[in-house]
Amino acid sequence: MATKILMPALSPTMEEGTLAKWLKKEGDAISAGDIIAEIETDKATMEFEAVDEGTLGKILVPEGTSGVKVNDPIAVLLEEGEDASAADEAEAPKTEAAPAPASAPAKAKAPEAEDMPKPDTSPDWPEGTKMKTQTVREALRDAMAEEMRRDESVFLMGEEVAEYQGAYKVSQGLLDEFGARRVIDTPITEHGFAGIGVGAAFGGLRPIVEFMTFNFAMQAIDQIINSAAKTLYMSGGQMGAPMVFRGPNGAAARVGAQHSQDYGAWYAHIPGLKVVQPYSAADAKGLLKSAIRDPNPVIFLENEILYGRSFEVPDLEDFTIPFGKAKIWREGADVTIVSWGIGMSHALEAAEKLAKEGIEAEVIDLRTLRPIDYDTVLASVMKTNRCVTVEEGFPVASFGNHLSAVIMERAFDYLDAPVINCTGKDVPMPYAANLEKLALVTSDEVVEAVKKVTYR
Amino acid sequence: MAVRKGSASGAKAGANVSAEELKKFYNDMLLIRRFEEKAGQLYGMGLIGGFCHLYIGQEAVVVGLEAAAKEGDKRVTSYRDHGHMLACGMDPKGVMAELTGREGGYSKGKGGSMHMFSKEKHFYGGHGIVGAQVPIGAGLAFSDKYKGNDNVTFAYFGDGAANQGQVAETYNMAQLWDLPVVFVIENNQYAMGTSVKRATKSPDFYERGIAYGIAGEEVDGMDVLAVKAAGEKAVAHCRAGKGPYILEIKTYRYRGHSMSDPAKYRTREEVQKIREERDAIEHVRQLLLTGKHATEDELKQIDKDIKAIVNESADFAKESPEPALEELWTDIYAETAPQNA
Repeated sequence: MATKILMPALSPTMEEGTLAKWLKKEGDAISAGDIIAEIETDKATMEFEAVDEGTLGKILVPEGTSGVKVNDPIAVLLEEGEDASAADEAEAPKTEAAPAPASAPAKAKAPEAEDMPKPDTSPDWPEGTKMKTQTVREALRDAMAEEMRRDESVFLMGEEVAEYQGAYKVSQGLLDEFGARRVIDTPITEHGFAGIGVGAAFGGLRPIVEFMTFNFAMQAIDQIINSAAKTLYMSGGQMGAPMVFRGPNGAAARVGAQHSQDYGAWYAHIPGLKVVQPYSAADAKGLLKSAIRDPNPVIFLENEILYGRSFEVPDLEDFTIPFGKAKIWREGADVTIVSWGIGMSHALEAAEKLAKEGIEAEVIDLRTLRPIDYDTVLASVMKTNRCVTVEEGFPVASFGNHLSAVIMERAFDYLDAPVINCTGKDVPMPYAANLEKLALVTSDEVVEAVKKVTYR
Repeated sequence: MAVRKGSASGAKAGANVSAEELKKFYNDMLLIRRFEEKAGQLYGMGLIGGFCHLYIGQEAVVVGLEAAAKEGDKRVTSYRDHGHMLACGMDPKGVMAELTGREGGYSKGKGGSMHMFSKEKHFYGGHGIVGAQVPIGAGLAFSDKYKGNDNVTFAYFGDGAANQGQVAETYNMAQLWDLPVVFVIENNQYAMGTSVKRATKSPDFYERGIAYGIAGEEVDGMDVLAVKAAGEKAVAHCRAGKGPYILEIKTYRYRGHSMSDPAKYRTREEVQKIREERDAIEHVRQLLLTGKHATEDELKQIDKDIKAIVNESADFAKESPEPALEELWTDIYAETAPQNA
């Protein structure tokens, strides 16, 4: 059966082109792979190869013709034994798209949250639980140790995690307990070992990849985002990367611009990642245990200044804190302050100061930036009618910006003042002590913002 | 550590190859070529969109190495991945339907030409960022070593990716930890439009492991028997717990880098000469005929059968519906742990 040769699309954007030159003439024999014509696209002149063999029966579009639409017949190919008369009855290969999906007409929209927020106010652990005092550092170590005891496929890799006992001593004692097979020192090659971690997760293990700081994870960010976060989607749900990327994030003290950045908003931007930024030791422990068990890639943003702080931690054999559940640290009716990570220390300090002036702030620790507990924030804002967010990161496209937008959309009528985002300053971190202090967000700035939104 | 320029010639290495095996090589390579030609045609018709990187010319690389693999071995590659999927036994229908972005594709139409996966066949993608699959391959090998089995991972990449920093990082760690990974450099001589000699003054990629203590070997990638022989050696090295191995396989891509590549960086004569003198499929065809392992008629029958398989895959890829609109919002997060291994 004679077939029509169609004008090919030769680039992702081509809709029409010029048939510049025929390299075969009517009557010529053609083999698969022969170049039969030159076609000019919007970008280049391309060679057009035959796919099927036969004889060029008839040229339908002479060379030099411009504006030939993609899929218009340009020639007729005859099969063995056919003569030119068959050209008139040639069929064109089907080019139309498949029928529309058989499924019911669906909304291609994100599942919408209910209008009225329904915060989860259940306690994180049973009332009356015995508590013990622990630093964030110890809590993180215990979380890893407990999960490594529980699941043989969990292992820790990173720079100085084993013999050095952790650059910040977070992995203290893990090498002794679990050995070098499961606590692995890497060379200083973030891009490479992050990729090896992703491959190990694809292969069925549960890696914890420690970055000495998240500043160095920028070397590895392609593996985190393109390989770890997107594979589940790209594979149609077949495989993903259940793993944790963890380490200190944000400014420490006097370490300059390249070692002092908060990446919360960066990672929170990415569908496919979960992002945790704990403040207290109990949250650090309960959330890290959840992160290790989670079947998705989790970014776990710690903070060097918080490592040494002590908090009350439940003295339970096994407890976890779910993602997407904010914690109200302090109730109040006058203003909602939302923060997470080290921002919480500024938020709580500001609330103390405000209380002395008779302003009662409700302080919410978001704990996870993905998923986001909108309900707790919105319910609080509907009560206080005012909101201030606090974070250490840069102001442009900050996480607070996103919260402001959601509050505006879903609680506009409840707002008595614009939401204010307290952030780090829009400058690389300076080294000089006085300038560094200016660059960071402070509790005084939070107090000032609250006074603005409460018109005091 | 041994670093060798050129491996045993195919004729010698393949002295013991059976007629059945030769026929299988012919069949598997031809399937890739015909499949890719069909993909090129569907692209021209607008049924396949975006980027589409064809494997035509390089067929002997994956077919030869798959002959050296056993069940449980893993493979990971770049965006020029159709050949690897067909060679490891993935269904042509599922691959073609992914190219057309349909529900019946391996990724339900959500991955495309560059992003397909198969747990069943231990194929881990399908990666679009040049070089990123190399540490992932080492990580897959890490998981097998951690579990204590003797599986090997084939991490395929091109001469372009060979210059990536993360490849050097991975060589270092793979050798440091004795990971059972074969680094397969498919040197098709052009990183998109940049020839090897314009990209490096150290063009012998099989020697790049010397600095890390990794054995490497140069292989004639237009000779499937030579590829298989080199693959068996590399795999034996890995399975014996001796760490990674580098195979630089010299091959040639007949088509452009992607469908929209006018290929002005090389002459038509250069391509034509290799097609005529070095073609890997023609090589096996001649071995079959001159060795009297198969008759012209038998080979014609293979051609016909393959044409039918490819046409069937194209029909399936056209008829399979587009993914349901709800699919936009699925597979972003796993609810339960994926059973990756």
